[in-house]
Amino acid sequence: MSWQRIVMAAAALLLIAGPAGAQSVLRIGLNDDPDALDPTISRAYTGRLVFAGLCDKLFDVTPDLKIVPQLATGYEWAADGLSIVIKLRPGVKFQDGEPMNAEAVRFNIERHLNTPGSFRKSEIGEIKSVDVVDDLTVRFHLSKPLVPLLAALTDRAGMMISPKAAKALGDKFTTKPVCAGPFKFVERVAQGKIVLERFPDYWNKASIHLDRVEFVPITDSASRVASLRSGDLQMIERVSPSDLAQLRADSRLRVAGVAELGYQQIPLNVANGPKSKTFADFRVRQALDLAIDRETIIKTVFNGEYIPGNQFVSPSSPYYDTKVPVRKRDVARAKQLLREAGQPALSFTLIVPPERDRQEAALIIQSMLAEAGITMTIQTQENVTMLQAGRRGDFEAYFTFWSGRPDPDGNIFTFTTCNGAQNDSHYCNPEVDTLLTKARETPSPAERKKLYDRATEIMVREVPRILLWHRRVFTGYSARVRGFTPYPDGIIRLQGLKLE
Amino acid sequence: MRLWLYVLQRLVVLVPTLLCVSLFTFGLQQLLPGDAALALAGEEHDPAVVAAIRARYHLDQPMPVQYGIWIGNILRGDFGESLRNRIPVAELIASKLPVTIELALCSMLIGLLIGIPAGIVSAARRGTPLDVGANFLALSGLSVPHFWLGIMLILLFAVRLGWLPASGYVPPWESLGRNLTTIALPSFVLGTGVAGVLMRHTRSAMLQTLDADYVRTARAKGVLERVVVLKHALRNALIPVITLGAIEFGRLLSGAVLTEQIFAIPGFGKLLVDGVFNRDYAVVQAVVLVSASLFVLLNLLADVLYFLVNPRLRG
Repeated sequence: MSWQRIVMAAAALLLIAGPAGAQSVLRIGLNDDPDALDPTISRAYTGRLVFAGLCDKLFDVTPDLKIVPQLATGYEWAADGLSIVIKLRPGVKFQDGEPMNAEAVRFNIERHLNTPGSFRKSEIGEIKSVDVVDDLTVRFHLSKPLVPLLAALTDRAGMMISPKAAKALGDKFTTKPVCAGPFKFVERVAQGKIVLERFPDYWNKASIHLDRVEFVPITDSASRVASLRSGDLQMIERVSPSDLAQLRADSRLRVAGVAELGYQQIPLNVANGPKSKTFADFRVRQALDLAIDRETIIKTVFNGEYIPGNQFVSPSSPYYDTKVPVRKRDVARAKQLLREAGQPALSFTLIVPPERDRQEAALIIQSMLAEAGITMTIQTQENVTMLQAGRRGDFEAYFTFWSGRPDPDGNIFTFTTCNGAQNDSHYCNPEVDTLLTKARETPSPAERKKLYDRATEIMVREVPRILLWHRRVFTGYSARVRGFTPYPDGIIRLQGLKLE
Repeated sequence: MRLWLYVLQRLVVLVPTLLCVSLFTFGLQQLLPGDAALALAGEEHDPAVVAAIRARYHLDQPMPVQYGIWIGNILRGDFGESLRNRIPVAELIASKLPVTIELALCSMLIGLLIGIPAGIVSAARRGTPLDVGANFLALSGLSVPHFWLGIMLILLFAVRLGWLPASGYVPPWESLGRNLTTIALPSFVLGTGVAGVLMRHTRSAMLQTLDADYVRTARAKGVLERVVVLKHALRNALIPVITLGAIEFGRLLSGAVLTEQIFAIPGFGKLLVDGVFNRDYAVVQAVVLVSASLFVLLNLLADVLYFLVNPRLRG
């Protein structure tokens, strides 16, 4: 074959490689490859983006964090708060044609509770037993009243998988997941893509306008953005603030951002072992808090895209206590507090993981503290090692974050109650424990808000951890995508999405 | 020495080599900071969950026992399952290896097509602007970082011109045309690096042979310069280049980490990096072991080729 023929053959091949048919295919870029596609053992954030297509949940949250029914139609707490009755939506089918009924809900909850290594057990572990009242009604019995349980059911704990498929596949369920969501599983190429296609018998099929959804993990942020700009992808999740200018400059693209559920924080060692001497006095902790200028950090490191914070929920949350807003920096007051506490020349070590955002912020904090006479040494330590040090009490202060939960309880209870699993500070105030426990048992949002406000006011005074800022979750998407609403959890809901 | 004897000898040496590699990868993994079970548990702090993870992956056993379990399973052909997504590691490797082999072959092809002719031309036209130009290109191929070149090519061909996809991979059995478009840019990025190495070595080997007595004799006999260069000199000059080519190919097969990352090619390199970041011991150990085996086997192949091409070794 002559070389001309080879070139022609190659050109012909390239021509065949034209765009796919008239199917409406949405390709979403993920920041990393999801872990196991099984709601019981899934942990990675990116997995939740895939589940949004695959698995419906008993409840969902609205963009303003109200809980609304999805596979359920309603619920009612018992007067003593020790049981809850959930009504199920009639006529819902799993993607293998099996009925989604009360028996299936019981199977799923028991699977979450009993599977070894289940990541859901700690979210819904208070469920003692599940009664099937009738085909479309279940009752959960709780070991103690727990209002935040409902919020847990808006995430993976509330996802229902087909009991038949679960029994048939056992440990291998993750290779071919079957749920009751709008799209069913087609294939997964590890590190390559996850493909879903429209499930024709979806209970809410009128809201679905796409034929296929492909999730493509691209770890490199520059090439993720390039893939969106070139049209290979139509949406990308969690866009980094440094990429925003590029996306906003492109008229064919859109960017939407909302305050995240979580926060960036510096836990201080208040009473966890010998390293707790530095921050045992709350005035020292207050001084630290006052010496930091959050606005400046956000302007310099994050182009002003993030939101300064001082509480366990962001200022846009209905649970934010407006009576104690972020305080202005006050170096003179900080110095005075240090003198009163007898530690005018405070020095301590902050552990920071090797990650750009926190490293840069730590440098700025270091120089801000220096102006208040505080010497802060930055010790870089890999993330998991840092968290281990936190648990052991081998720290004075460390720089971490919490991804956040839709119910406020998930952002505070385990961090600040005396025996809280994530209370690395070993901060303990019985009054706070009482308030937060009461809030867990109080269904009325207005009543809960009052309890959380009182806890917040104590936190702001006693500062067991310094809350710094809330990121905004940005989603980048093609102007061809219509009907997109951003949610604070950053999860892309496929209902209502259209491709023009 | 007979060829088969030689190969047999080399294969026997392979066993302790791979054993060392396995010990080394296993040991290095254990030195990584951070507890794998905690890394897997993430924001989960329930000790029962962490304990369940430890038990499932034998992380609660002493290190020698862990190594014994691991190596014993591998000898039975069981590479274990990914700690992160619970997909069997053998399956992961089987699905990534063809991708990496294709990428390596395409890159090698590009490297050969650019590198060898450029090396010949620059040696035959030593000191001319052609030589300087070829040297410049070779040095650029060697020194331009792959991730930078990759991003620039994506911006040009995918974002600006829209001719090629920016990232992703389509297997050839799904659509050969789309497969070639997805593999073109990464192959080019890797190929230029290989071309640089090959060009430099071809050039220096050619310069040596062109100065040899037999070449002078050929010229004196009035043989055409083209024939002198391509027939008399090139053949001998290619012997070291073959060895080098095999080593380069082995390097490409062990996964082009950055390039695969940038173009989101689901190959060996990406599997390895994701494995490291997620503390996915099972995946990392298996990938390193398989890469090392491939590398050793390719070296053996190069030696066999060398043996065949170079009559002096046959004795």
